[in-house]
Amino acid sequence: MTQVMDEGAFRAEVAAWMQTHLTGRFAELRDRGGPGDESISPALRKEWEQEMAAGGWVGLGWPEAQGGRALPVSLQLAFHEEYARAGGPGRMGHIGETLLAPTLIALGTPEQQARFLPGIRAGTEYWCQGYSEPGAGSDLAAIATRCWQEDGKWKLQGQKVWTSLAHESDWIFVVARSVPGSTGREGLSFLLVPLDQPGVEIRPIRQLTGEAEFNEVFFDGAETGADCLIGQAGDGWRVAMTLLGFERGLSTLGQQMHFAHELALVVEAAQANGAARVPEIRQRIADAWVGLRGLRANALRMFSGGEAAIGAESLVYKYAWSNWHRRLGQLAMDVLGVAGDVQSDEDTVRRLQQVFFFSRSDTIYAGTNEIQLNIIAERGLGLPRTR
Amino acid sequence: MTNLAELKGLAEPSEEQRALRDTASAFLAEHDNIRAADEGDLALWQKMVELGWAAVIVPEQHDGLGLGYADLAVLAEEFGRTLNRSPFFASVVLAQGCLIEAGSAAAQARWLPDLAMGTATATLIGANGLHWQGADALPVAATATGDGGWRLQGRVAQVLDGARADFALVIARLGDGRPAIFHVPADTPGLIRQALPVWDLGRPQAAWDFDGVCLPAESRVDVEVDSATLAERLQRVHALAALMLAAEQIGSSAHCLDITLAYVKERRQFGRPIAEFQAVKHRCAEMMVSIEAARSALAGALPFAAADAATADLMLAAASARIAACEAQRFCAQEAIQLHGGVGFTWEYDPQLHFKRSQWAAHWLGDVAYWRGVVADAVLGVAK
Repeated sequence: MTQVMDEGAFRAEVAAWMQTHLTGRFAELRDRGGPGDESISPALRKEWEQEMAAGGWVGLGWPEAQGGRALPVSLQLAFHEEYARAGGPGRMGHIGETLLAPTLIALGTPEQQARFLPGIRAGTEYWCQGYSEPGAGSDLAAIATRCWQEDGKWKLQGQKVWTSLAHESDWIFVVARSVPGSTGREGLSFLLVPLDQPGVEIRPIRQLTGEAEFNEVFFDGAETGADCLIGQAGDGWRVAMTLLGFERGLSTLGQQMHFAHELALVVEAAQANGAARVPEIRQRIADAWVGLRGLRANALRMFSGGEAAIGAESLVYKYAWSNWHRRLGQLAMDVLGVAGDVQSDEDTVRRLQQVFFFSRSDTIYAGTNEIQLNIIAERGLGLPRTR
Repeated sequence: MTNLAELKGLAEPSEEQRALRDTASAFLAEHDNIRAADEGDLALWQKMVELGWAAVIVPEQHDGLGLGYADLAVLAEEFGRTLNRSPFFASVVLAQGCLIEAGSAAAQARWLPDLAMGTATATLIGANGLHWQGADALPVAATATGDGGWRLQGRVAQVLDGARADFALVIARLGDGRPAIFHVPADTPGLIRQALPVWDLGRPQAAWDFDGVCLPAESRVDVEVDSATLAERLQRVHALAALMLAAEQIGSSAHCLDITLAYVKERRQFGRPIAEFQAVKHRCAEMMVSIEAARSALAGALPFAAADAATADLMLAAASARIAACEAQRFCAQEAIQLHGGVGFTWEYDPQLHFKRSQWAAHWLGDVAYWRGVVADAVLGVAK
């Protein structure tokens, strides 16, 4: 990116594109497919991903040589905010686009980049993340899935869990133990594995919302090519952490746009049923409003240097937003009252029920509340590790 | 708020602000006076005046530095760390703030240089606790005496710095319910001041009885605007002071965390520093979460302290900062006591000072319920 692009003009460009393309057969996807709503129209949402790819909206931050646009962080933030403002559907390609692709660009070979980036860029190949296991959740380094080389291929044995969108994906990236007898962060390898093969079984996990957005993925002699190892064998932990480092929160402002929409629905519901006159509800809605305003200021502080710095405000952010969102879900149900008991097709009620139930997972995935507090205490405050 | 250009306003402090912070931090640490007798307070204030701390928001034509509230917030935060007992809050934040936002040009020219140069100190009197609820709720009534002068009647239970300020700006209600501002020297006949024993020794207070206090015509100092505009300006005065109080609360909260971290790293039980226990670490981490929430809220609010920001926006900004700061300070002061264990309950250790300040700060300039009400009215409409 050599010339400086005006942010206002860029935002207008995004908004105009969304207005002309999120129409017709895609109109039903507006405001759908977010967390808690992932099962809605997956085939059509993949077509939408291809529509976005054709419009040049995938790989905004990738280097131009890799098919990206090399936009600065500020414009990527702006894109996600405008996308959400326009009611853009929940993304299906984000795991490939925002996690695997930057990892391939940083650590992959030219051949691996040429093999995998175009499918991600075009919205034709979908990815899921194989990190967590039944015995390796917060303690991620306790990975037990094994991998070994045999007949010029990699083979895998073991189980991954909480694998979002595995049932809609073509590939999974897996961290598995390649050095027998190794423990912890040593002896792990990072492999790209095709899902459509006899050695892989995907079983959906029904979650408390009744939906099944994540899965168990079983590897029973599953295979992948020798050229599907990222980095060196035994260096998988570093690759895995590099990948997590790309979770830079560029979609943060887009997420906050969804939060603002949800809060507006709470306000609407409170005004419709009279809860808006109840003093306690008024105080809690005010609290939610100032809390969201604070989250936005926090996000802007995070990116005020142009890139997300790992400052105090960044360390606390996941804990702050997930707990805010969980409280909003509770508030929504207290506004709805007994009407919240009934599974509803009515848009406002359905969305608020999703917020309430799905936000229970916000404080668990991507580092539980308890792990977040450990990270804040150790990295933010310099307190010692617990022995 | 749709443009990321606003990022600039939230960036780290400027070089000047960092220098101000460093100077203030060192000076206030050296001149800690919260446990000392108050005889030395005004001499110490003169030193602070020499550092320019009384001149920050005063316009240059009135011998000030002409800086803004973002700069004053830097000082307020440092005062919050040490809880230094000084005229800063009453004389600079409250009285200067009132003169600048709502004072007449003549009053500004007459009094701002004195306050900026430290030749006088002042305070602000409105509703008790400076809880602004419009002119109707003001406890002091003013009536014209016929010779152009004014007569003030009423009692204000608690006036900040009430026993030591040289004069007060008194927001009073006129007979027709409009507000007006009067300059009232502390030695005016008919004025009875009674110092109060307070828990927070850094916030001295006195009761003021206006028993037929007669004032000359020129003691009326509000800017010549219609009464609705004056009421709005007075609302701004209170909101700006609330923002500065939030900054002070953040400094206090941060200090509570700092001393707690130092203590839990040093204190050993069960053969190890208690900082290694997760129950302790998580409390400290939650203190940091609350402080960063308040910092973010204040950073997002300060741009609305600008003179050209709408009053309604300033009110919502002040509400956001105050609510987050009150929660942070209450939580951090309480946790500081708890995590210090037995010594946290003693006079000697600092947590008690911040705990008492958090109690003071929770109620002056509008409590959390008041500020939530401001937001609720804006978001939900006024409840019928």
